[in-house]
Amino acid sequence: MLRTFCLVITLLMSVFSASAYSDEFETLVQQLPHKNLRNITPVLTQIAEQDNEQVRFVLTEALNGDLYYLKSNKQVVSIRKTSSGDYTATQIIGGQVLQNQSKSDMKKIKTSNSIRSEIRGLLAQIDLTHKNKNVRLGAVKQILDDPSDDSINLIKARLTQEEDADVVELIETAIAVNQLKNADDETKLATVEQLKQSLEPAVRNAMVAQINRLNEIDASELSATQKQLKNELNKAIESIKQQRSVYEFIENLFFGLSLGSVLLLAAIGLAITFGVMGVINMAHGEMIMLGAYTTYVIQQMFPQWIDYSLFIAIPAAFLVSGFVGILIERGVIRFLKGRPLETLLATFGISLILQQLVRSVFSPLNRTVAAPEWMSGSWQINPIFSITFNRLYIVIFALTVFFALLAFMKRSSLGLHVRAVAQNREMARALSVRSDRVDAITFGLGSGIAGIAGVVLSQLTNVGPNLGQSYIIDSFLVVVFGGVGNLWGTLVAAMSLGTINKFLEPVTGSVLATIIVLVGLVLFIQKRPKGLFPQKGRAAE
Amino acid sequence: MIPNSIQSLFSNSAFKKLGSLPFVVGCLFITTLYVAVCNLAFPADSALHVSTYTVTLFGKYLCYALLALAVDLVWGYCGILSLGHGAFFALGGYAMGMYLMRQIGDRGVYGNPELPDFMVFLNWDSLPWYWAGSDSFIWMIVMVLAGPGLLAYIFGSMAFRSRVSGVYLSIMTQAVTYALMLAFFRNEMGFGGNNGLTDFKDILGFSLQSDTTRVVLFALTATFLALGFALCHFIVNSKMGRVVTAIRDSENRVRFIGYKPEHYKVWIFVVSAMLAGIAGALYVPQVGIINPGEFSPLNSIEMVVWVAIGGRGSLYGAIIGALVVSYAKTRFTAIMPEAWLYALGGLFVLVTLLLPKGIAGFVPAIADKFKANKSTKNTQSVSNKTTPEVK
Repeated sequence: MLRTFCLVITLLMSVFSASAYSDEFETLVQQLPHKNLRNITPVLTQIAEQDNEQVRFVLTEALNGDLYYLKSNKQVVSIRKTSSGDYTATQIIGGQVLQNQSKSDMKKIKTSNSIRSEIRGLLAQIDLTHKNKNVRLGAVKQILDDPSDDSINLIKARLTQEEDADVVELIETAIAVNQLKNADDETKLATVEQLKQSLEPAVRNAMVAQINRLNEIDASELSATQKQLKNELNKAIESIKQQRSVYEFIENLFFGLSLGSVLLLAAIGLAITFGVMGVINMAHGEMIMLGAYTTYVIQQMFPQWIDYSLFIAIPAAFLVSGFVGILIERGVIRFLKGRPLETLLATFGISLILQQLVRSVFSPLNRTVAAPEWMSGSWQINPIFSITFNRLYIVIFALTVFFALLAFMKRSSLGLHVRAVAQNREMARALSVRSDRVDAITFGLGSGIAGIAGVVLSQLTNVGPNLGQSYIIDSFLVVVFGGVGNLWGTLVAAMSLGTINKFLEPVTGSVLATIIVLVGLVLFIQKRPKGLFPQKGRAAE
Repeated sequence: MIPNSIQSLFSNSAFKKLGSLPFVVGCLFITTLYVAVCNLAFPADSALHVSTYTVTLFGKYLCYALLALAVDLVWGYCGILSLGHGAFFALGGYAMGMYLMRQIGDRGVYGNPELPDFMVFLNWDSLPWYWAGSDSFIWMIVMVLAGPGLLAYIFGSMAFRSRVSGVYLSIMTQAVTYALMLAFFRNEMGFGGNNGLTDFKDILGFSLQSDTTRVVLFALTATFLALGFALCHFIVNSKMGRVVTAIRDSENRVRFIGYKPEHYKVWIFVVSAMLAGIAGALYVPQVGIINPGEFSPLNSIEMVVWVAIGGRGSLYGAIIGALVVSYAKTRFTAIMPEAWLYALGGLFVLVTLLLPKGIAGFVPAIADKFKANKSTKNTQSVSNKTTPEVK
């Protein structure tokens, strides 16, 4: 009798309080301080059913044990420890932030192990029904990696409502993995067949666990089904292993190509100035650096258009570096024609001046260039293989620049002049090619392309005064390796060096890989001093 | 106009053969004597006192001068522009550093009698094989010469045989020193990684902190510089040196005459590398540290600048260049650190554009011009054609 009375009172109270507040979520949260371990679960369940963006936050905080209430006014807060040892409490309702709270003024909203697993289920439920497909995929994936009976039931229920093919597939995989763990041997056999193509790490782990279980049993005691299962499992694991190694190979190849693209961009300007013109430009790295700083300046000028500023930065960097290049050519290099070692020293001096100039103007500290939205993210091709967009764009961009340059050199009349002057200056002059002007333009072009490389590098590393220096040796080696004066050689050299480096890296570590590649190159050039694709000609020197 | 008596003195054939050698050796001897006496004999507050800091600083400069000599030998006389001489210098330095490291014994932070501190720190329990013998002074001397020499021999014999020359060779040497720098930065190499070798205590039982040791080291450096100068002088003026110079001017003609240029090149390259190694070995006890930064390509290029500014193809020019530029660097980096790189970079450009023969070529050229002017004035009948062309 008394019990019924109490129940009625409670019900009445809850109805009353619900009507007193406009938002049911707030009401439920307010109830939390009044509950104990035995009766908190229904409230949490009800909270999970609310349509409020804070639901997830409250549940996660409760799960992590960061949900407290203030003793003074029973306000529910989430707390964070600060570096000074006290706590910052944020009110769940109203979002007010209270600084410098002491733990003795607050009381924890207690949870037990069973409640926490309940919360996990609730969270998974929320994610599984989320509007965004990727959130749903993430939730299923979590269950796949760490399944429990409850969560499997959850996704089984979800399977009937799910419309997206990817999510359905992943849910089916998760259910199958669960069967592989818990069902009888007959079902397992069927499941292995189903899972053979899946590349999810969890699938492989489950299979390995099954194999280990079967290995523990003495061979003579295995039933026919078990023997068959063992066979099938071995086959499936082998096939998964093969597929994985194929994808690992593709991944390394892609990383190598993207590194090669960076090398290509850095070296291709040099392939023009050094390869075609024969000028040793040690300040080439600084042209790259100037391009990177141009990107930085443009981003500072238009902070509201980070997404588009790269499109302004590319031509701007080309112009800035190209202009500086022309200045260097007109001011210094043309006086040192035919004296390569002196050119090397003079341009090295210029590179020191440019570095110091940048240090004086922008400070010696590294600058960060923000990446635009569309560069981030990745393209998930399958569970173990994805391509990040920035690498993909860089490969495409490098190839575009390369082919544009190739077309310029081979198709345009200016390109014809450049090649003519490179081959025989006197003859070209006799045919009314203005060799001085061609020299300046060629050098400007090479430097400008270095500037574009700088834009790309600014997306990959920090922009600092020493940015260029680290690429100069690599760039020269790429050009020499490919064969001086041969653009295709530069392409092949850059891509193969990048790929070799990336394939060595997992085995040796990145620094040792660089060293091995450097030493290998030095040895190669001893063997073939004219590079991979030497220019054919009859000149002795 | 130089008085006839002095002119006849200089035209004395024995003297002429020696060239600037007696002058340079004399200068070095006087400087050493002056520094030693003024540092040790005069009290610190005396006006004539030379501080130990200055002694060490000048010792450092003299090491640079020896290094510049090595660079000049290959670049100025053989036309091999090595942008990797820093590697030989650093290898010599590391050989000395290893010896000094072992001399610390159990006085290190961890007090391990066998292992240097950084190896204890990395939890190594025994010395790597290449540290064997590093506690012997004799072995150290062998390594100072053999390390750089071997590298130069291997690299040189491969590069020169396949006729890699000019700019290609310069870039390759740079790549080698860059690769070595990366390698020495690795802790696993067993050379102290990033921090290099430091905290040296004494050499052959003499404390490195004491003034006397410092002065002796300085005197040794000066002696080695004088010896190095004499060696280079005799090499350059020997028959072999003539061939080497001919290779610089036209390698193909020398080859067609029947010489094997690569043999001469390897030989001169190895000698130069060993000189650089000795410079490095003398440098380390005075400066008190050797780290992978010495391998950096920038250092190697700075060495080339000393020679370019002093005058390539002139041995005393290289010494002057190293001393002048290093002194300027010390002054500039103290007064206006920002301006140093501008100055250095500007020097590169100006010297290559305006002074292709450096200071050593500039001064005689001015003197010749002056003389030519005077003689024109005196005789007033000399036509342009008969004036000796200044080249």
